Amino acid sequence: MNSDDLARTVRALILEQSYSAGVGHIGSALSIADILAVLFNDVLAISAVDDPQRDRFILSKGHAALALYAVLQQRGILTYEQLRTYCTDGTLLSVHPDFHLRGVDFSTGSLGNGLGVGAGMAFGARLQQRSHKVFVLVSDAECNEGSLWEAAMFAAHHRLSNLVAIVDNNGQQAMGATQDILDMNPIDDKWRSFGWHTQVVDGHSAAQLASAFAETRRQASVPSVVIANTVLGRGVSFMENDMRWHYLPLTSAQYAQALNEMTAPLPDRGGSGVPGEEVADRR
Amino acid sequence: MRKAFIDTLVDIARVDDRIMLLTGDLGFMILEPFARAFPGRFLNVGVAEANMINVATGLALVGFIPFVYSAATFVSMRCYEQIRNGPVYHRLPLRIVGVGGGFDYGFSGYSHYGIEDVGVMRLQSTLFIVVPADSLQLTSALKATQTHPGPVYYRLGKTERTPVAGLDGRFEPRKCVTIGTGKNVLLITMGDMAHEVLAAADVLRDHGVASTTVIVSSFNPAPEEHVCEILKGFSLAISVEDHSVQGGLGSWTSELVGRFNIPCRLTCLGITDAHLNGVSGTNIYLKKQAGLSSESIADAALKLLGRG
Repeated sequence: MNSDDLARTVRALILEQSYSAGVGHIGSALSIADILAVLFNDVLAISAVDDPQRDRFILSKGHAALALYAVLQQRGILTYEQLRTYCTDGTLLSVHPDFHLRGVDFSTGSLGNGLGVGAGMAFGARLQQRSHKVFVLVSDAECNEGSLWEAAMFAAHHRLSNLVAIVDNNGQQAMGATQDILDMNPIDDKWRSFGWHTQVVDGHSAAQLASAFAETRRQASVPSVVIANTVLGRGVSFMENDMRWHYLPLTSAQYAQALNEMTAPLPDRGGSGVPGEEVADRR
Repeated sequence: MRKAFIDTLVDIARVDDRIMLLTGDLGFMILEPFARAFPGRFLNVGVAEANMINVATGLALVGFIPFVYSAATFVSMRCYEQIRNGPVYHRLPLRIVGVGGGFDYGFSGYSHYGIEDVGVMRLQSTLFIVVPADSLQLTSALKATQTHPGPVYYRLGKTERTPVAGLDGRFEPRKCVTIGTGKNVLLITMGDMAHEVLAAADVLRDHGVASTTVIVSSFNPAPEEHVCEILKGFSLAISVEDHSVQGGLGSWTSELVGRFNIPCRLTCLGITDAHLNGVSGTNIYLKKQAGLSSESIADAALKLLGRG
């Protein structure tokens, strides 16, 4: 499966699980589907989830965990049955990711902390003379957090070239547009001025993302950030750039329409093949 | 206590190359022996406590045992959420060293007083808290907790004081140390307040009052059973701490009395809002103002015994 196909499948799985569970944060999960697809398809070297030499990934914007669960399932790290437990009683698949779940390196949910933890992992890897990399996906609104910039300064000062940040720059935050709430622009200049190798790409273009990640490997003395311009709710027409989809669960009619818009080859899950079919609409 | 800390840390770091030391830009003239011995394992992260905990969390996740060092109030509260979500939740061997309990920072003023650290840290029930009474006990505690798999908070006194007489550096989790055998009143204390409390015991003895002093040096686990057993032998106990009366040693003792139905009258001496009035001074002066000098502790005991 190429990254585009993986992203489409991840989107379908996001819709299926959020519809089944009646849980929101759909827009944010959809906006990172392409980024995760490229990372997990082409970039991250993870031979086993407990291999100390593996590349690390921290989803610092933890509220998009559903996208991570979907990609972990597609990579065989989670089973489809596990994925189906999303936000049901007794699950390890919460709205925010938890390290008790296989494949999650660090629990997140409180914004602004993943980059510092990733910086510590990267610093440690260098001391251990290990060559693996650490990737941290943050949101643009997460850049409101001072602790993120503490980490940005630390990583640049220590020339952590084995650390890559990705900013999901979808321009929306919990209560409106980022430019109206706390304008981070020009966000690329901010990162550049903090000493990071900075690239701005279309966060829905697998080719641009892959090329940007390849470029980060050529940086030998500074950390890298890839600012991925994305669209909240990408792939579902009525969700795109509508911040209400930070919260709303899907109705059955919306779910049907959203799936209809997906041209995804749905994952082989056995059964009927229609995602969500067996789950009653709980709303 | 800071010299004993760094000397012991250098010793254990020689035999354990996982140990690192991070500072939030504090510890000038204190931390240099470690920095000189292990330059690659010493890291001044700058004035950024939240990031210090996050970086240390990342280091612990890949196999290191990072010690983070700052003032007790900064390293317990500025980065409290990072401590909760990182080393506490992920059960990581991260060591938090907070310098300056109580009024140790003296003339530095309110911003520097470590008066809530034990209370807030105690809420994290898997965070092992060590409150050494003197340098010898700190050294024992550092060695005893060397292989502790989860996080530890060490509350260090800033002032170098003589060893606590009768303590002999003993440290054992779940155990307290008792000094004296008097039955009129039980004095319960923690950390280097043991000095003032033992001096108060001497004053009391001069007034014909026989006391026993209990020194508590750890929480999570605390010496619950041990102290309960001792409390049962007294009708009056006084807790004494250079910490807020809310959340610290006095609260812990009150919880024991309540939970285990111990028929012992308890009074809690410590720092209250009334003592935080902008008036500055030496540690000794401020303790006296807060009723925590040996004389005022003894006076309080005598009053409670009806002899004041």
